[in-house]
Amino acid sequence: MRISSAFSPGRWLIYGVLTLAALFFLLPFYVMLVTAFKTMPEVYSTGILALPDSLNFSAWIHAWSAATIGAASEGIHGYFLNSFILVIPAVIISTAIGAFNGYVLTHWRFRGSNIFFYMLLLGTIIPFQIVLLPMAWVQGRIGIAGTLVPGLMMVHVIYGLAFTTLFFRNYYVGIPHDLIKAARVDGAGFFSIFFRIMLPVSTPIIMVTAIWQFTMIWNNFLFGVVFTQGGQQPVTVAINDLVDTVTSVHMWNVDMAAAIFAALPTLLVYLIAGKYFVRGLTAGAVKG
Amino acid sequence: MGRLILKNIHKTFGKDEVLHGINIETEENQFLILVGPSGCGKTTLLNIIAGLERESAGDILINDRRVNDQSPKNRDIAMVFQSYALYPSMSVRDNILFGLVNRHVPKEEREQILQDVAHMLQLDHLLDRRPRQLSGGQQQRVAIGRAIARRPALFLFDEPLSNLDAKLRVEMRTEIKRLHQQLQTTMVYVTHDQIEAMTMGDLIAVMNDGIIQQLGTPDAIYNDPANRFVAGFMGSPSMNFIPVTVCQGEGTVWLEVREEGQAVSRLPLPPVLQSGLKTAVDRKVILGIRPEQITDPGSAREGSALHTMELKVDMTEPTGADTLVFTRLHKTPLVARAHPSTKLVLGSNTPLSFHMERAVFFDPDDGQRLA
Repeated sequence: MRISSAFSPGRWLIYGVLTLAALFFLLPFYVMLVTAFKTMPEVYSTGILALPDSLNFSAWIHAWSAATIGAASEGIHGYFLNSFILVIPAVIISTAIGAFNGYVLTHWRFRGSNIFFYMLLLGTIIPFQIVLLPMAWVQGRIGIAGTLVPGLMMVHVIYGLAFTTLFFRNYYVGIPHDLIKAARVDGAGFFSIFFRIMLPVSTPIIMVTAIWQFTMIWNNFLFGVVFTQGGQQPVTVAINDLVDTVTSVHMWNVDMAAAIFAALPTLLVYLIAGKYFVRGLTAGAVKG
Repeated sequence: MGRLILKNIHKTFGKDEVLHGINIETEENQFLILVGPSGCGKTTLLNIIAGLERESAGDILINDRRVNDQSPKNRDIAMVFQSYALYPSMSVRDNILFGLVNRHVPKEEREQILQDVAHMLQLDHLLDRRPRQLSGGQQQRVAIGRAIARRPALFLFDEPLSNLDAKLRVEMRTEIKRLHQQLQTTMVYVTHDQIEAMTMGDLIAVMNDGIIQQLGTPDAIYNDPANRFVAGFMGSPSMNFIPVTVCQGEGTVWLEVREEGQAVSRLPLPPVLQSGLKTAVDRKVILGIRPEQITDPGSAREGSALHTMELKVDMTEPTGADTLVFTRLHKTPLVARAHPSTKLVLGSNTPLSFHMERAVFFDPDDGQRLA
């Protein structure tokens, strides 16, 4: 096998293309960032790529605590908090149930478990829009319509189950069934095996699933706008309201600052846990 | 202690029956081997004994107690797996103690057992390691230690040595045998390796197609096979099978190798075998003869019913202790075992002596033993 040198023309081409792609994707974020640090007169007088004269934080402060959203002028901070109140339990619950489903589907097969799994798989390709009406009907019937928690949270948990189950199922398939058999002979039961044998080796896939679910739920707009109103809304919906609430002038710098606030948690999650994400996606079987 | 009785065990998966009525009865402290090619049902049978799979019919008795409805936990068994199946997140210590903790064995007693097991298997210095920090052989010893710690009535081994390298496999073979003598418990050992079966077992069940082809001592299985499958499966290289016709005349019975109806070779039979083949006169039978019963004349045993023929050497395989000679008797390929000093020239004829008194005969259609 030929080992190509680090400076071969092919390498240069690959790095060149990758650099261009990175710049292309980073450009919008760059525009958002510089705009958020400008004053409104500056926004109008300079090009969108131009750097601000000075680091001006007034747009950030305004977006956080004073911008008008809907009827109130308290900024996005309350909605930002809403998103956390929504995302944290939704991620934990959907990941936990997914882990449990994956465990059952791989190591406690039952009659029809394959059909059950394929039906769940179907859930991963169902568009958001299809769930709206039936979900609204169910929520109305059980009396949790319009609430952030448990209403919207339940929507995300149910919608996410197909994905979390798929992740854990594919991970647990790689764990030798002999481990479960050994534990049964050793006197461990269904739950004891799950908590003491399976979960301790699941860190990579828990990270993958949690990051995936965090991103999906945090960034989701449609469910938020359909199932919550007013002060119950998550930050994605609030930003939309912020942009839509037109006063005398459109404050681009405030919009951009608010949008960056909203993007920050997912950005941080990827920066901190991104390596687990890659590791978990490529993790093979746990050698017994 | 430890006595296993299997009565008419059947197992079906959907419409396929994979075990067709298995009957085995062991003495106390026996080493039972379940051997057979992959897919013969031996691992399914072991799982049924363990209670990890449910039998479709039949009874399982451990120490004369019917355990069909008991969970694996309550069958008084321990199991060692091919993949070792050590719990990856636990230390060696916790792996060994897991079964005892689940059974609420008091702490002092657990510590004593741990000490004993670690000492017996030389694991003392490894107790705080994780399984992935151990070599294959060490992992295997921990897996065995985990089984021993339980002091079960029955040990079940599911091809425990097949993941080890050749040298280690031989060492562990001896170690498991030594443990069996030390522990005085019945062991059931699944393998596809006929050498393991022969060297370790007191009692061997040769399985194929979900049926026990033969249940017997290693000696009986090897020297007195019940059918052509058992004869061909046990022994390496495999037994030679030669289609012959039984002939009778002038008060004696002999064998002929025929081509297109014409006799091309004639093999005499020792008197002890003649009577058994009288019923098969003029019929085609399969002569079975092991490679070590075809030797160079110099290695032939005194007093054997020898028949020496000149056969062409196609290929040789020196194994060190002796040399395997690949030849043909007309169209039938044969393997013979010659002394390593025998002069063998590829493509030339060499005299080979057939020890006919050790020959066995099978029905060409159903493979059953005739004599």
